[in-house]
Amino acid sequence: MATEHSKSAARIMIAPAVFLLLVWMLIPLCMTLYFSFADYRPMRGVFDAWIGFDNYVRFVSSSSFLSSVGTTLWMVGGILAITITGGILLALLLDQPMFGQGIVRILVIAPFFVMPTVSALVWKNMFFNVDNGLFSYFYKFFGMQPYDFLSQSPLLSIVIIVAWQWLPFATLIMLTAVQSLSSEQLEAAEIDGAPPLARFWYIILPHLSRAITVVILIQTIFLLSIFAEIFVTTNGAFGTRTLTYLVYQRVLESQNIGLGSAGGIVAVILANIIAIFLMRIVGKNIDN
Amino acid sequence: MGRITLEKVQKKFGEVEVIPPLDLTIEDGEFVVFVGPSGCGKSTLLRLIAGLEDVTGGEIRIDGQPATNLPPAKRGLAMVFQSYALYPHMSVRKNIAFPLKMANMPVEEQNRRIETAAKALNLTDYLDRRPGQLSGGQRQRVAIGRAIVREPSAFLFDEPLSNLDAALRVGMRLEISELHKKLETTMIYVTHDQVEAMTMADKIVVLRAGHIEQVGTPLELYHTPRNLFVAGFIGSPKMNIIGGETAARHDAMHIGIRPEHMDIVESGGSFVGKVGVAEHLGSDTFFHVHLAEMDEPMTVRATGEVGLRYGDTIHLTPQADKIHRFDKKGLRIA
Repeated sequence: MATEHSKSAARIMIAPAVFLLLVWMLIPLCMTLYFSFADYRPMRGVFDAWIGFDNYVRFVSSSSFLSSVGTTLWMVGGILAITITGGILLALLLDQPMFGQGIVRILVIAPFFVMPTVSALVWKNMFFNVDNGLFSYFYKFFGMQPYDFLSQSPLLSIVIIVAWQWLPFATLIMLTAVQSLSSEQLEAAEIDGAPPLARFWYIILPHLSRAITVVILIQTIFLLSIFAEIFVTTNGAFGTRTLTYLVYQRVLESQNIGLGSAGGIVAVILANIIAIFLMRIVGKNIDN
Repeated sequence: MGRITLEKVQKKFGEVEVIPPLDLTIEDGEFVVFVGPSGCGKSTLLRLIAGLEDVTGGEIRIDGQPATNLPPAKRGLAMVFQSYALYPHMSVRKNIAFPLKMANMPVEEQNRRIETAAKALNLTDYLDRRPGQLSGGQRQRVAIGRAIVREPSAFLFDEPLSNLDAALRVGMRLEISELHKKLETTMIYVTHDQVEAMTMADKIVVLRAGHIEQVGTPLELYHTPRNLFVAGFIGSPKMNIIGGETAARHDAMHIGIRPEHMDIVESGGSFVGKVGVAEHLGSDTFFHVHLAEMDEPMTVRATGEVGLRYGDTIHLTPQADKIHRFDKKGLRIA
């Protein structure tokens, strides 16, 4: 089908899109790179185009850097753990024949359509709020002291909010994987004497391994850049400052564009290391 | 041991009765084949015995013990599925070991059984491969291996050869028959292919719409089909069924004559017709003969090569003692 002629025609036709994408990504990246080597503090009127690696050294050696990397990993890890276990369990549940299956499935997917800022605000004001949040109401109902989620365990609170948003995605991917498992395999395992838990462990879980790696890969890429949820709820206080948030603070709160840009480049490098690492795992899994 | 009895076993899916109450006894060590057209309930019946479906009514006994409400694992039966249902992420060795592992068998005993089974099924060189790296016939053997290591009281086969090509199917048919002779374990085998049924079975159960039409040895079914359905289903090519006046002359509603029981004569036969399509198999030739009194062509077997051409006039005489007679209800007249 693909003759030489149609190949070149295809190239010409996708060229504008590729060009736009390149411009869109390369210009900000180049500007960040440029600023990261500059001492640029607009509010103080300082601009020195070349100060070498000073910004990098300062960013990496500050005490907030390591703690923010740790926070990021905890956050991403916690969300992945919740969404994957929850996603698998929900998928198994939704796979059961039941009344109103179509509607239930749509409802389960619904959180995915809520914007991050909105969902964070809803959680903050309607669920986590000490005075009139739903959870406080439950605590009071059982005669207990209301628990202030956002100030007493802020990292966990944000993990819960984001996990709630991403659970539908994980569920959806897992559900399609669960549905593609041949029922004869499960029946064979049943006859072979495997009780339900063994069937889950030896048959269903290995079958889901590919879906799980895909979910980990895609979610990690998105979760590394969580911002709105932190901004709206804790503003990066109480140990919820991730690497992304630290970069934001350096640029906008400290008004140090050079330092922030250096942080941004560091974050890009770290994210790429993780992505390459994950891609290898996924590739290996898909080969089998 | 593996004596399986079904008493008034019935299965309904909602309001639809797939299997009306039926009785059947499968003796220990028998090779029983359930055969029938697709949708006749033969697979459902097998799944009821396996415990993969719950019976709506009636009783299943295995070796005299009630098994109606036992979970599949507790029935001591092994099943080979049409799709083989191998576990794709496990090596052949682990596939075969799975039922043993689930039974918490000591590893040495597991390995001993796996080696024996692998040797018997020519799988020794493939034990470390994954099912995806095997051919269809090898996968089939792995599925059988997984069944035999458990030393079950009976084997259940659900159309195990239908995914194989014709040559391989003949080979596997022999292997399964030999396995049965060697193990002397009860085997229940579901197929829609009457050739498989005839060649392998000790006892054939012909099913139609959940009803048992006839139970008997392959030759009993061939020589004395109980009704028109069995007569038409068993035998290849199909028996010629003739109604009308010709049948009336034999005091029957229908008569049936197998293609191999029809002789070609020079002149003065019972039937005169024109030769239609001829199928030359070398050893035999099957002629489709168009008769004036029948809509459908009659099939006639001639041994070796016969000098008949398309459009020739042919005279036929049935072998008198090989005519099957059926009454109004389609039942055999003795």
